[in-house]
Amino acid sequence: MVSYILRRLLSTIAVMTMVGIFVFLLLRLAPGDPADIIAGDRATPEMVAGIREQLGLNEPMPVQFVHWALSIVSGDFGTSIFTGYPVLQLISQRLEPTISLSILTLSLSVTVGISFGILAAWRTGGFIDRVLTAFAALGFSVPVFVIGYFLIYFLAISMHWLPVQGYEPIDHGFGPWFVHLILPTLALSFPYVAYFARIVRTSMLEVLSEDYMRTAAAKGASSYSMLFHHALKNAGVPILTVIGMSVAYLISGVVITETVFNIPGVGRLVVDAINNRDYPIIQGVLILVSGLYVLINLAVDLAYTLIDPRIRY
Amino acid sequence: MLMRESAEDDVLLDVRDLETHFYGEESVTRALGGVSFQVKKGETLGVVGESGCGKSVTALSILRLLPKLTARTVGGEVRFHGRDLLDLSDREMRKIRGHRIAMIFQEPMTSLNPVYTVGRQIAEAVQIHTNATHSTAMAKAEEMLRLVRIADPERRVNNYPYEMSGGMRQRAMIAMALACSPELLIADEPTTALDVTIQAQILRLIVDLKERTGTAVMFITHDLGVVAETCQRVIVMYAGRIVEQAAVTDLFARPAHPYTQGLMRSVPDPRRGRQRRLPEIPGIVPSLREPIVGCSFAPRCPFAIDICREKTPMLRDVGSSHAAACWRAEEVMGA
Repeated sequence: MVSYILRRLLSTIAVMTMVGIFVFLLLRLAPGDPADIIAGDRATPEMVAGIREQLGLNEPMPVQFVHWALSIVSGDFGTSIFTGYPVLQLISQRLEPTISLSILTLSLSVTVGISFGILAAWRTGGFIDRVLTAFAALGFSVPVFVIGYFLIYFLAISMHWLPVQGYEPIDHGFGPWFVHLILPTLALSFPYVAYFARIVRTSMLEVLSEDYMRTAAAKGASSYSMLFHHALKNAGVPILTVIGMSVAYLISGVVITETVFNIPGVGRLVVDAINNRDYPIIQGVLILVSGLYVLINLAVDLAYTLIDPRIRY
Repeated sequence: MLMRESAEDDVLLDVRDLETHFYGEESVTRALGGVSFQVKKGETLGVVGESGCGKSVTALSILRLLPKLTARTVGGEVRFHGRDLLDLSDREMRKIRGHRIAMIFQEPMTSLNPVYTVGRQIAEAVQIHTNATHSTAMAKAEEMLRLVRIADPERRVNNYPYEMSGGMRQRAMIAMALACSPELLIADEPTTALDVTIQAQILRLIVDLKERTGTAVMFITHDLGVVAETCQRVIVMYAGRIVEQAAVTDLFARPAHPYTQGLMRSVPDPRRGRQRRLPEIPGIVPSLREPIVGCSFAPRCPFAIDICREKTPMLRDVGSSHAAACWRAEEVMGA
């Protein structure tokens, strides 16, 4: 187990190096000279040359990469071209809204999606199952921003129940923080609830027809115990896989949601950075998101061993 | 003074005219076409027949364990201590399962939940039906593993099913089934999936435990040899009906139904050495999707005459506590 974790962490280094190469090339392969981009439209040739020297762009590419990679490893993600602030500082300022939105979305999707899926599997072909099928089709096919504007129109503009957009930090109070996050969380959760519910339903249906479920029934287990104790744990591996992968995909949904609801999170930071061609920020976010993705994958693989005793590393 | 119990008091389970149907896309399969029999307290009743004759469906209908979407028991009664189990609420039925009537299954490899330890699965049965604490229930689980003669029970109690062999898993299943001292144990082909040597051990174990605990056993098998070794009475099923019912010795001495005779001839007899060819029953089991006119065995029966193809024979007495559903039972017995 320990050696497995060590091996996985070592392979993480290889994966992150690959990610690093792509992210590094992003700036180098973008049309135009990076120094030109950084210096801006009205720069003199002397200024550009100075920037080239300062960025080490006169060195060979591999040397540049090693310098860049070493500074990333030491925690220096460079400086934003547009604002002049350190990238890491800009990202950390934007983390709270994004993490809040992600955690709320995941909690909602996991609890509602799993419960919905279990109920649908329990009464296959029944009312809940049919509602789920319709809902899932809707959840998959309607884009997040459409759901977002729809929710804003009805719940915020027409009914005045919730704020239209914006964000309140949690240290301004839990209430305002939560109220501002309800609509974006609902909008972003929609496809995930549908997705989790479908996966849970399928895995549960497979498990419910297993012989050991009949054994459980034959010893007098209740429906609740059959579903949550005997079936859910056996259906857990595929469910966990899907949830783990969704965490990574969540980031793209977060970008759109933050734009629709005007939330100053990492997603908005990236959108602004792309508009401004602020490459260091784009690079920094990419590196962090990839690292998070790799770590979540490792955590999911380790969590398998908690669910299924037959899985050992 | 010792009073002789009346015949009624002796009966533990009284199944009457049990009818179970399976519902397919377009067709209805009449898996059980009116099955009636009794299990007496403490006896071992064998239920014999080939695959698809309704043995397992009978067992699952008694415990109401058939899939709700595709199967329904449409008629009959299952009287257990005089109460019809088919009338009970789901909640009341759960109190019967695993507590008063327990069941073990054919496939020990897949019948245990792979993600929980064997001890925990046995303890669960105890905890469902008593208010034992987790540790008391686990102690009981260990005691049960010792009872079914699993070596090293204090260690095995923490094993997962995948860490055990098929024979050990079946022992664990028996331990689970007997943990709450049920009055009736339904064993559905418990040795079919096991190696021959293990089969004998498991049979021995079930017989021993039955004698020690006084549990009645309904032993479902397709193997007449198993019936001879373990049972007192036996019912023979064919195409969803009981075709013969007798004490084991009577059945073997004088089978009254041509189907039973056919079954017995197709069992290899080692005393006769290598036979040229094992006799088989010609033809195939009839489809239960269409209603059967006359005797369901008639198309395969060497004794069949006109009446067999026109009127369905009912189970009738052909000797003392020996019944057969055959128009020509007397001639069959004489043959």
